Amino acid sequence: METKNIMIVGVGGQGTLLASKLLGRLLLTKGFDVKVSEVHGMSQRGGSVVTYVRWGDRVCSPIIDKGQADCILSFELLEAARYTEFLKPGGRIIVNSQQINPMPVIAGAAVYPENLVEKLSALDVRVDAFDALSLAEKAGSSKAVNLVLMGRLAKHFDFTDEEWMDAIEKSVPPKFLEMNKKAFEFGQNA
Amino acid sequence: MKTLMLGNEAVARGLYEAGCSFVSSYPGTPSTEITECVAKYEEVYAEWAPNEKVALEAAFGASLRGVRSFCAMKHVGLNVAADPLFTISYTGVNAGLIIGVADDAGMHSSQNEQDSRHYAKAAKIPMLEPSDSAEGLAFAKLAYELSEQFDTAVLIKMCTRVSHSQSVVETGERVVSEQKKYEKNPAKYIMMPAYAKKKHPMVEERTKALTAWAETAEINRVEPGQKNDYGIITSSTCYQYVKEALGDTYPVLKLGMIWPMPEQKIRDFAKSVSKLVVVEELDGFIEAHCRNLGLLVSGKDLFSGIGELSQNVVQEKLGQAVKAGETLSEEIPARPPVMCAGCPHRSLFYVLKKLNLTVLGDIGCYTLGAVAPLNAIDTTVCMGASVSGLHGFVKAGDEESAGKTVAVIGDSTFIHSGVTGLINIAYNESNSTVIILDNSITGMTGHQQNPTTGYNLKGDPCTKIDLESLCHAVGIKRVRVVDPYDMETCQAVIKEELAVKEPSVVISRRPCALLKYVKHPGPICSDPEKCKGCKACMSIGCPAISMVDGKAVIDETLCVGCGVCEQLCKFGALSAEGGR
Repeated sequence: METKNIMIVGVGGQGTLLASKLLGRLLLTKGFDVKVSEVHGMSQRGGSVVTYVRWGDRVCSPIIDKGQADCILSFELLEAARYTEFLKPGGRIIVNSQQINPMPVIAGAAVYPENLVEKLSALDVRVDAFDALSLAEKAGSSKAVNLVLMGRLAKHFDFTDEEWMDAIEKSVPPKFLEMNKKAFEFGQNA
Repeated sequence: MKTLMLGNEAVARGLYEAGCSFVSSYPGTPSTEITECVAKYEEVYAEWAPNEKVALEAAFGASLRGVRSFCAMKHVGLNVAADPLFTISYTGVNAGLIIGVADDAGMHSSQNEQDSRHYAKAAKIPMLEPSDSAEGLAFAKLAYELSEQFDTAVLIKMCTRVSHSQSVVETGERVVSEQKKYEKNPAKYIMMPAYAKKKHPMVEERTKALTAWAETAEINRVEPGQKNDYGIITSSTCYQYVKEALGDTYPVLKLGMIWPMPEQKIRDFAKSVSKLVVVEELDGFIEAHCRNLGLLVSGKDLFSGIGELSQNVVQEKLGQAVKAGETLSEEIPARPPVMCAGCPHRSLFYVLKKLNLTVLGDIGCYTLGAVAPLNAIDTTVCMGASVSGLHGFVKAGDEESAGKTVAVIGDSTFIHSGVTGLINIAYNESNSTVIILDNSITGMTGHQQNPTTGYNLKGDPCTKIDLESLCHAVGIKRVRVVDPYDMETCQAVIKEELAVKEPSVVISRRPCALLKYVKHPGPICSDPEKCKGCKACMSIGCPAISMVDGKAVIDETLCVGCGVCEQLCKFGALSAEGGR
């Protein structure tokens, strides 16, 4: 099969790493060759972060380049807009509609663009924007945004609920398992 | 069992399986997880050393005593460890010794983009370069065999994309060989001129022997291609970009050992293709080797020596069509990294800015004090340079400039290389004021313990170096401790210390806001009735505060309630009341 590519993007501290690890682990159990590329260090401090998840028969490069992503899973609206050129024509954007102002916007040196969902939808991409933050809070914590988004993403995979739940169990601390499972289900049913 | 591992984790697994029993490192992105992961194996002794030079010397000591040892560092750390490196090349080893070094092309988290491969050539030490996690594991094991067979330390060179990518590995069992005996051997281990002169020719012979090994080594392999218009020599993550971009279109010589490189194998490969192309990041290291062999070769004329390459770059430079997606027509604001909400450095930098000081900075999270709106730092060079630089700055200037200049340095960085600069300040008597930003952890690299935290790498309680006593002991009489959240006191103390005519140290002490044991009081409340929209609270660059319709608004998901903004608001619009 042709290698599949998902970019997981967001703001440092939002839990993008856990999402990519969970997905990578699940894909490995399905017998694919998998590569997951992460970002550590300075850029994690509230900066724009991006991780790459790639799977197929043989995956070489650890990174996804422009025009190659089948899907962008974005934890924040502006970050989805930042990486559109990495999408294939007709690619998919699943985006948490939450807006987090970057420092240049906070400091008044730049403006957070308006109506981004509409503008994204005008491109040759399929946009699925929804309020993952509210669902995460409903599940018990704003930190569960990553599992809400994973639930939403799960609609596009033919893995069973058991397989997802197994991957979640292996990726989150037992203390937060129930909340995370709930967040995943909210995302799935949203 | 097949499992996904970070490149760094896979190297750690390889060390474990090869029977490595001693690890000493200093953390640094992107190398840190090698040591963190290997520390999880009970059979391996692992520690954070105060700096990379100490780490390498400790690992050498363990090798000397007869156990397989390892130390890891980032590229700039190898500069610090370069002194032992060049002479350990002469002594060789007893049990195997591996040095892991991780480069950061693209400078994701570094102050420069140096290419560590030059060290292998300069120090005459072999260097292996894995291209994914499976090779990370395999090369760690191979490196010990080479180390013991050729009596040399071996460098394993990682890079951000290999270190921080997870790929599939198959793990094996740990095999520990019998501990080697330590035997006194002055001609091998005492590098004074009489012995070192005899050793140098042996080092040159060793490189020849390793070159011969490289000619037939499986890790330097030719992968056939369909067409021979191009023949590509590559290594590390660039090999993966080449395979991704071109599949098996052109033949590829994949080098697993980057120093010494084979000669005949490269000549033969060159002969078999129309045009020889080297695909490598940063400097033209392989390319220069090919030129030395008298070969016509393309490399840096096509591929930039700045930043990272990628599969699209390879395609584009070799004349293939490159895809690109659509972009929005309007500008997307940048999202640079920022100091976290509640970061104890923020308020201290606010005070330094208010006092309009020249601030010599250092390496750590606090480098972020350089960006708007704080703009509080004047220099960042390398570990410890703030303290030593301050001494020179003060000595070269007049009394007035001494009273307007400080150095800022973190706790871990101070122990790494700041304390030697402080000794210089005391010994050569400069009227310097050094501020130690003690957040009780090594922050930027991801919360590693250090000699001032009271815990070791394995998380066990241990001797805690007392910074006040240390400063006193090296000859600084004036040592003050402040809480950076209390800006009024901070300002008063820093002014006092700048005014006195002798060296002083101010320790700004409060743990990193992200540490799990730090309890936060809960978010600050903003009162739109009282807010006059003066934006005084915006001057600290806190990501939790923004102005909405002319009023300050607190993001409750980010705010930890440090209360710094509360001190800035003259109208009582920001307060802990009600929010807690």
